[in-house]
Amino acid sequence: MSHLPLALVGLLCIAMVIAAVVAIRGRSLPIAILAAGLVSLVASVLFLVLASPDVAMTEAAIGSGLTTFLFFFVLGRVRGGQDDGQPDGGQS
Amino acid sequence: MIKRLLALLLLAAIGSVFAVLLLGYTPDAELNLTARYYAERTAADIGAANIVTAIVVTYRGLDTLGEVTVLFLSATIVGLVLAQGSGPGRSPSVRTPVGELLGTGARVLAPLILLLGVYVFVNGHLTPGGGFQGGAIVASGMLLLLLADPLRQFSHGLISTIESVAGIAYVAIGVLGLVLAGGFLDNRILPLGTLGELASAGAIPLIYSLIGLKVGAEFSSMLASLSETEEL
Repeated sequence: MSHLPLALVGLLCIAMVIAAVVAIRGRSLPIAILAAGLVSLVASVLFLVLASPDVAMTEAAIGSGLTTFLFFFVLGRVRGGQDDGQPDGGQS
Repeated sequence: MIKRLLALLLLAAIGSVFAVLLLGYTPDAELNLTARYYAERTAADIGAANIVTAIVVTYRGLDTLGEVTVLFLSATIVGLVLAQGSGPGRSPSVRTPVGELLGTGARVLAPLILLLGVYVFVNGHLTPGGGFQGGAIVASGMLLLLLADPLRQFSHGLISTIESVAGIAYVAIGVLGLVLAGGFLDNRILPLGTLGELASAGAIPLIYSLIGLKVGAEFSSMLASLSETEEL
C-alpha cells in the first residue's frame, strides 16, 4: 500500500472513532442516530479505499441506509411516550 | 470504579491483539491458489465481469441459498412474534402528520431509490453490488415511504407472493442447472454471451434479480409488520 491510501485510511479511522463517540455521548437522539449512520458511511468509504466495493455497497445500503432509516422510524414511534432523553442520572 | 478499570484493561488487551495483528501484516505478493483460480477462470467459465458475484452466485451458490434461507427464517420469525401482539383491526391512532419536507421528499426520492435498488441487483454481474445490496436498497425505499406516511399499509399478500415466487424460482433454476449444466446453481443453462454486457453471464442476472426481489420482500415484510404492531 502506498503512502497516500495509508494516510487516507488513518484519517477515515479517526473520523469513524469521532463519529462513534458522538453517537454514544451525544445528548440529542437524532444526532446520535445520524452519527451512528456516519460511522457506517465512513466505514463503507474505507472499504472502497481498501478495494472491496462489494462490501462497501453492503455497508452503505444496510449499515448507513436501512439501519438509520429504521432508527428514525422507531424514534417516531416512541416519541410522546416516556422521555428517554434525560441526562444520565446514575441508575441504569 | 473497578468496573471502569476492568473495561479499560479489556479494551487495552483487545487493542494490543489487533495491534500485533496489524504490525505483523504483510500483503501477499501474489494471489493464493484459490484466489488465482477464481481470478483466471471466472471470465472464461462464468462470463461475469464481477468476480465477487461469480463466486457468490455460482461457485459458492449453495452458501448463498443458505444465507437467503437464514434471512427468510428470521423474517418469518419476526413476523410471527410481531403478529402475536397486533390484532387484525388496528386502531387508527391519531398521529401527528409528518413534515412537508419529509412528505414531499419521500415522494420524490422513493421511486429513485427503488430504481437504484433494481439497477444494483440487475447489474450485479457487471458492477459491485448484487441481490443483497439491491434488496436492502429497495427495502430502505419502502421504509422511507413508511416513514413519510406511518398509516400506509403494504399488502402482505403481495409481499409474500413475491417472496415465495422468487424463492421457488431460485431453487428451480438451481435444479435446472443440475439437469442441463454442470451442477446445482450452474449458470450455464443460458448462453454466456459477451463479457460485460447486461444479458451475459448465463443465469446470473436472473438469479441475482430473484435474490434481490426476495431480500427486498423479506426486509419489507419485516418493516411492515414492525410498523403495524400496536404501540406498547
